[in-house]
Amino acid sequence: MLSYVGRRVGISLVQLVGLALMAFILIHLAPGNEVRTMLGSRATPAQVRAVSNSLGLNRPLVTQFFTFIGHLLTVHFGQSFTFNQSISSLISERALPSAALIGYGTLVALVLGVPLAITGALRAGKPLDHGIRIFTTVSFAMPTFWSGLVLALIFALKLHWLPVSGYTGGFVGIVRSLTLPAIALGLSLLAVVVRTLRSSVRQVLSTEYVEAAQARGFSTPRVLAKHVVRNAIMPTVTVLAVNVGFLIGGTVVLEQVFQIPGLGSLLFQAVEQRDYPLVETLAVLSGGVVVLLNLLADLLQAVVDPRVRLGAQGG
Amino acid sequence: MSTSPLLEIKELRIAFGRSHHSAVAVNNVSLDLGVGEVVGLVGESGSGKSLTCRSVIRMMPSSGLMTATEINFDGRDIMSLSPAQLREHRAHNVGMIFQDPFSCLDPTKRIGEQIAETLRVNAGLASATAHDRALELLRSVNIDKPEQRYRAYPHELSGGMRQRVMIAIAVSAKPKLLVADEPTTALDVTTQAQILTLIKQLRAETGMSVLLVSHDFGVIAQVCDRVAVMYGGYVVEFGPVRDICTRPQHPYTRALLESIPSMESAGRHVRRAGILGQPPSLGDVVEGCPFASRCSFATPQCRSIEMTRRTVGEGHTSACPFVGDDLVSQGAGPIGRADSTEGDAS
Repeated sequence: MLSYVGRRVGISLVQLVGLALMAFILIHLAPGNEVRTMLGSRATPAQVRAVSNSLGLNRPLVTQFFTFIGHLLTVHFGQSFTFNQSISSLISERALPSAALIGYGTLVALVLGVPLAITGALRAGKPLDHGIRIFTTVSFAMPTFWSGLVLALIFALKLHWLPVSGYTGGFVGIVRSLTLPAIALGLSLLAVVVRTLRSSVRQVLSTEYVEAAQARGFSTPRVLAKHVVRNAIMPTVTVLAVNVGFLIGGTVVLEQVFQIPGLGSLLFQAVEQRDYPLVETLAVLSGGVVVLLNLLADLLQAVVDPRVRLGAQGG
Repeated sequence: MSTSPLLEIKELRIAFGRSHHSAVAVNNVSLDLGVGEVVGLVGESGSGKSLTCRSVIRMMPSSGLMTATEINFDGRDIMSLSPAQLREHRAHNVGMIFQDPFSCLDPTKRIGEQIAETLRVNAGLASATAHDRALELLRSVNIDKPEQRYRAYPHELSGGMRQRVMIAIAVSAKPKLLVADEPTTALDVTTQAQILTLIKQLRAETGMSVLLVSHDFGVIAQVCDRVAVMYGGYVVEFGPVRDICTRPQHPYTRALLESIPSMESAGRHVRRAGILGQPPSLGDVVEGCPFASRCSFATPQCRSIEMTRRTVGEGHTSACPFVGDDLVSQGAGPIGRADSTEGDAS
């Protein structure tokens, strides 16, 4: 088990280094001059040069890259060009709403998706299964900003159950302000959960150990809960871990629609302003979250399925 | 048999597909099994033996339609049980072991816990008691170091060991009947002998009945009191093992016995008698005897006979209208040889 964990963590570290390099290269390849954007079109070349110097942008790229890595390693992240604030304080202000939104959205997808997937697998090929497939396909096809607006129209403007937009603190406040965007996010993720889990549940249902459990007289709920779900859940967890990357992208739009002061809207502003250090840091951090979640998914797999630990136990 | 029947299957039929154009996998099968008796089901792949043994717990593939006049188990008709009663029946009356012990255990759970789970759910034992009883069961199926094995995962055990675990689970609820569907096919010969010995030993200790499915007459002859020979969905011959081995009445049984290598032939070049041709495949509509197209003794009337068994000896029935002794006296050579002088069925 330990050697498995060690190997897996090593892979994650390599991924993180590659990620930092890509984030740095891509933002510096992007067209446009960040200092001109900041100063406006009437800035003189001397002013541009002075600001570039003070921000360290005229240094060689390699030096800039190592400064960036140094900032990452010290978790200091440096200073934002445009916000007059340190990046670490900006991110710590904005991280909670985004993390809560993604967590809440994933929860919605699981709470809706797991029962739908199991129902679909048990009724495979029957009308109910087709109905579930159509529902998830439609929910997947809806862009989150559109489903978000429709939800806001129904539950906020018509029924007045929840706020239309904006964000308030505290547990109740967070739940109230994030419910609608989280449902929009969850619906977009639902198809992935249902499709993946339905097919793996079907596969497990056809195995001989499920047949053997039924032959023992175990009830269907027991067989599902104790044997099927445990064996079928891992592909879904892995797919979810990968999809969190897409969710981070999805929050950019949703946070704009619902006026949530999260990392998505911060990233949007940072790209608009060519705020290099901020964009780089956000890209590396969100990528880092994906790497971390994939690491956790793989470790969880080793916990759930003893065969994954095989290397350590020597068969 | 002098024993009172524990199980009586009457006119079992299992079909697949839509009713008007269905493939019949098991046809008009009637069997009985006494208390404490070991009955074998022998036949080649696709003869319907696995489906027949699963009918005892009414476990069919989702597309399979099972009908029977009656399946009487210890005074109750299995066909009329409600889903809850059926679960009860599976939990307490019948233990089942399968062909492939590699895939019959949940790969993510420790084997001891899988035995204990069965004990908790089916016997209603408390966790601690179930744990102790599971250790006892591991010991009773001759697994050494049971405390250590309790914590093992299925992939850490050998095939023979896993089959022992399956047997431990199957007998955990002290069932009246153990159904073993090809329990030794996936195992090597030494392990096979150990598993068969274990089944015999458990049967002697508990007095349970055993329904043993195998394609191997050698396995059947070692363990069973009576044997039902299946071909093309029918039971073509049924009777005491000794009687059938020495005096096979149905040409298929004779051909099957002919194909077993004997000790005398060891080291010498003797061509074993295979059975020419292919068994009927599912979906073929066969009139009369399904073996007729491969049978050395077939006559035109074989295509129209009704497949019911007639008594040919004490407790011995055969579906062939011709008595085996007559076949021998006709001077027929070994059955089914390529060079057989008998007229071919075609």
